[in-house]
Amino acid sequence: MDALFDSFIFVTIVKALVIFAVLMTTLAYLQWVERKVIAHVQVRPGPYRVGPHGLLQPLADVVKLITKEDLVPPYVNKVFYLMAPFLAITMALLSISVIPFGPAIQIGPVRTWMQMTDLNIGVLFILAVSSMGVYGIALAGWASNNKYSLLGGLRSSAQMISYELPMSLAIAAPLLISNTLSLRELVESQTGGFWHWNLVGGAQVISFFIFIIAAFAETNRVPFDLPEAENELVAGFHTEYSSMKFAAFFMAEYANMITVSAMAVLLFLGGWDAPWPSEYGSSFLPPLIFLFFGLVLLYHGKQAVRKWDKITFPAFGAIFLVIALIFLIPMVQGWLLPLFWFLAKTGAILFVFIWIRATLPRFRYDQLMSFTWKFLFPVAMLNLLVTALVVALRTK
Amino acid sequence: MDVILFLVFALIAVVAAINVVVQTHPISSALSLVGVMGSLAVLYLLLGAEFIAAAQVIVYAGAVMVLFVFVIMLLNAGAESKKGRSYMVQLLGVPLLIAFLGLAAFFVQSMYGKETVVFGGFQGGSPRDIGKALFTTYLLPFEVTSLLILIAIVGAIVLARKEID
Amino acid sequence: MLAAVPISWFLTLSAVLFSLGVAGFLFRRNIITVFMSIELMLNAVNLSFVTFSYHYKNVDGHLFTFFVMVVAAAEAAVGLAIILTVFKNRGTLNIDEIDSMKN
Repeated sequence: MDALFDSFIFVTIVKALVIFAVLMTTLAYLQWVERKVIAHVQVRPGPYRVGPHGLLQPLADVVKLITKEDLVPPYVNKVFYLMAPFLAITMALLSISVIPFGPAIQIGPVRTWMQMTDLNIGVLFILAVSSMGVYGIALAGWASNNKYSLLGGLRSSAQMISYELPMSLAIAAPLLISNTLSLRELVESQTGGFWHWNLVGGAQVISFFIFIIAAFAETNRVPFDLPEAENELVAGFHTEYSSMKFAAFFMAEYANMITVSAMAVLLFLGGWDAPWPSEYGSSFLPPLIFLFFGLVLLYHGKQAVRKWDKITFPAFGAIFLVIALIFLIPMVQGWLLPLFWFLAKTGAILFVFIWIRATLPRFRYDQLMSFTWKFLFPVAMLNLLVTALVVALRTK
Repeated sequence: MDVILFLVFALIAVVAAINVVVQTHPISSALSLVGVMGSLAVLYLLLGAEFIAAAQVIVYAGAVMVLFVFVIMLLNAGAESKKGRSYMVQLLGVPLLIAFLGLAAFFVQSMYGKETVVFGGFQGGSPRDIGKALFTTYLLPFEVTSLLILIAIVGAIVLARKEID
Repeated sequence: MLAAVPISWFLTLSAVLFSLGVAGFLFRRNIITVFMSIELMLNAVNLSFVTFSYHYKNVDGHLFTFFVMVVAAAEAAVGLAIILTVFKNRGTLNIDEIDSMKN
């Protein structure tokens, strides 16, 4: 029995299933977070009625999308029309498979990393998969046999491949400092506290900003979402899609967002590394955070104005207090703390994505293209040059 | 395990290549060519060429073929019409091709019969080794290709722009 | 069955892909499909290079493949620009109809 559990295939299948389940739930709730944040920025409550504070809204959306009529218009090119969302979501989920969420953990007889597989060309693999993601959108635009979709699809593909260039150059700079392409070793080269991270210790601030801007364009998010905006071009490349295929495009977009946020964390923010070493007490920060929010929820639960809040706020407060206590168990701390830091940093960058969506207007298409070719690409090249010079001079 | 991987992806590559040649609409040919390049990338991984496999997907399948797909979508020329070809050519062509390939396979087998490809048999294909060779032994070709890319960029822009009268 | 893949199988696959590329180049009449057959031939040659690099346990074959890819990318860019210009002037992509310097 031990031999079965320890075998590579079994462990990988279990990891794949766990990552898939967690990812699907996260995608649904990421949409809830986005709607709530945008709503509160615009001083309105957002999804509120389905479940406490709209927490069951993603479930309602999933049911709605599954039961909608799945219409395949007769004038589309059927093979490519059906292949396009499949390509988009396959490539989006494939890139999650090499992202490390934490260090090695030991569950019973099995010792494994919190990562589906570690390739020694991990960064190149993610770049390759995101290059292939262009096909899903281009095919969707073309197969719909509709001039708005075609224009939207072509604009979106041109935008994605144009922004791949500054993104690759911005990725190359911290790779020069960390001296490895494997994602696990990237994090290991940044351990020890925030002064070792590539953003601070390696002074890769310009690369970080170029990467984030290019990541906005790669995932078709505001301010670069002209190809799929609702008040331009009808709805862009997904005009003719309904129900599950439409849902597939949106899941692919959110999965791409998660991937680029995770990449930013791994390349620039030290992965699962705590901001200062645990000898100086950083392992008490997560339980303190959860304790604080649990107490806030309990306090507001006592003074709740609306009827349901009297029950749900204290319930969530109690859950947060229990989680804070779990963080103090030493046996669990080995893997829970790094996982918490990784998820917190990724969540912070995702919050920036959502925040910018609520705040900024969108670029016009020619402004977008001239921005990358005339500004981002030369700046990224100069940054790479300067980084290479400094690295070469320091390692004489 | 290597044998199964090789057979599956070689079969995909050959079927997709036949599809490139046989399909009437250029966009089906383009996507089949992307399939050929993807399966070739897996075969490169089997041969220990990890950087070349990644470069194949990033550069070839992810940029050059996207360019092809763009041009096909923009020109929107439609499917090719099948005009009659000589019947003798159609009858003799495929069997002669198979005979020629059989002969080539026999000669190759007799020259390189015993050696096998094992995954992990060649460890020198990592990006570090490629970088080392590229910037020391092959520095001149590297600089020349960068000039070549510059010429291609200038040429493409000049050829494809609208004439300003 | 076999324990490992003989190296001659890779070379035979390369020959098969190359001959399919030649067949497409000679028989198809759409200019873009002809161009794609050229790319198929280049890919077959790349497979050959990488196989021989494995045989001689040397990384030089990989570098040749790298240069072939760069040249193919440059050629695709310029070639497609030429195709766009030809289409603008002649209105057709059929190479049988673009056979005269007149017009």
